[in-house]
Amino acid sequence: MDTDRAEESGRHDGSTSAPLVDRRRFLAGSAALIAQGSATLVFGAAPADVTEGDPMRTPGSPARRYGDRSPFEAPVRLSGGSHSLTPLEHLHGIVTPSSLHFERHHNGVPAIDPLRHRLLIHGLVDRPLIFTIHELQRFPSVSRHAFIECAGNSRSGWQGAQDLTLQELHGLTSTSEWTGVKLSTLLEATGVRPEAAWMLAEGSDAAGLTRSVPLTGDVLSEAVVCYGQNGEALRPEQGYPLRLLLPGLEGNINVKWLRRLKLGTAPFMTRWETSKYTDLMPDGSAYQFSLVMEAKSVITNPCGRQQIHPGFHEIRGLAWSGRGRVRKVEVSLDAGGTWQEAQLQEPVISKCHTRFRFPWRWNGQEVILQSRCVDDTGYRQPSREALVKVRGVHSNYHYNGIQSWKIDRDGLVRNVDA
Amino acid sequence: MAWCETSMPKRWLLGVVLLLMASCVVPGRSNHEQAGALGLGRPATADDIRAWNIDANPSGEGLPVGQGTAAGGAAVYASKCARCHGPTGVEGPMDRLVGGRDTLASTSPVKTVGSYWPYATTLYDYIYRAMPFDAPQSLTVDEVYAVTAWLLHENGITEADTVIDARTLPQIPMPNRHGFVPDPRPDVPGP
Repeated sequence: MDTDRAEESGRHDGSTSAPLVDRRRFLAGSAALIAQGSATLVFGAAPADVTEGDPMRTPGSPARRYGDRSPFEAPVRLSGGSHSLTPLEHLHGIVTPSSLHFERHHNGVPAIDPLRHRLLIHGLVDRPLIFTIHELQRFPSVSRHAFIECAGNSRSGWQGAQDLTLQELHGLTSTSEWTGVKLSTLLEATGVRPEAAWMLAEGSDAAGLTRSVPLTGDVLSEAVVCYGQNGEALRPEQGYPLRLLLPGLEGNINVKWLRRLKLGTAPFMTRWETSKYTDLMPDGSAYQFSLVMEAKSVITNPCGRQQIHPGFHEIRGLAWSGRGRVRKVEVSLDAGGTWQEAQLQEPVISKCHTRFRFPWRWNGQEVILQSRCVDDTGYRQPSREALVKVRGVHSNYHYNGIQSWKIDRDGLVRNVDA
Repeated sequence: MAWCETSMPKRWLLGVVLLLMASCVVPGRSNHEQAGALGLGRPATADDIRAWNIDANPSGEGLPVGQGTAAGGAAVYASKCARCHGPTGVEGPMDRLVGGRDTLASTSPVKTVGSYWPYATTLYDYIYRAMPFDAPQSLTVDEVYAVTAWLLHENGITEADTVIDARTLPQIPMPNRHGFVPDPRPDVPGP
């Protein structure tokens, strides 16, 4: 099982499978040559061997109406029924393919006919309005890249390091380009009243999920009522046909299958912002409306349960902050003893996954790799030790401690506390 | 204006014409005016809003007419809830609902309705909209009040005969009502 997983996780396993095939073929060919003692057979057989699978010798497949990835590509989400995790270790760049965007839902993914779907905006507004999807799409539109991260991402970190893959540990975060109409545009159309300070957002799933959104300056300037994701309509598991996007805030409040916005003066105290998504502290109190996802970074290559070989490796990773841009990412090759600055891939986008890179040559000795980031508010990603010292081990949500990957002399990468 | 000086029958006829205009033509224009400068969306009527406005909040706003007691709620709980939450709300397998008082600061905190939930109105709101898990919104208003009363009583918060309704529910003193603090982050020093 472990071996399977290491192999599956494998584009960074220093794979030698392709050269091996060639060598086997070569050896087979040599054996035939010796056995038969006949050059003609070799020359006669060789074209068949060479052309087998040669894309230059066979016409390719015709154009398709809706594309799929290559059948040679296998990364998938790990599904747990009510959630699925993004295989971050197999992604390039910063955008998560829509098919691999993590999922979290609280009573399944509803099947919604967009022609029947409506958005109602009411409460403290001068003009309660009902919109069809078509009408929402006629409003002036905006697009932006943003990560969405479940508040429970990386939660096992509170209990201490478990020997798991990156996907299993941190796969509840993804980035998409989102398109829709700004919330402020809709609030303007309905004539939101000045005393409105909170907004209930309600989904039309079987959980009827509701969250109270504080109408802060950030929310009013950045929130988007979305119908588009990565150039096409939202995926059903991402809220088709309509979701709220609150860049930088915990996933749960980015309400999917959005059907209603109700303006009020106070939070509505739904189950999801009282019983859940609140952070229990050691003294028995709990943080409430702890909505921002604080800065976090993880090395995605190499990472948990991979097998690496001595030689050159580009250390790669992702960093993000719910408060703004990632200003700096540093990498440590000695368990946090010393730090070196990683290169950030431009463009660095506010409240969006940011790719970092650091060239490295592994000499085969035991090593612990870490990354840490700073965002443009000056916030610095803390160590697990610092987090636990303040919040204890029962707060369950919003874990963003520094991730440590230990590489043993045999090349196996493991999640450790360091 | 001229139409004010016309005779009664004519004024009556004009009234009919205006009424027809109001029902046929004006709504389009009214849409445009009410939906703001872009003229998108249609005004939501009181009936539209009533059909969807299912939330209830701590002030009691949104709680409908109806009532229930723990005695009545026991049967509802046994038939609709116990399968997932256990016979007494303790056993699971899904969220534990009963007990756990005074454990939040311990090394094994148990978060339940009684130990953790700050507002009783959240019970009504959540159960009505989302429970039972396999048949959400299938309980009647009285059933929701009754099972809410049962949960409050099992947690030692109310008496067996306490009537839970739109008036009493917002006044239930939840044990952890003051257990929450606004987000103080950033709270952890960086390296």
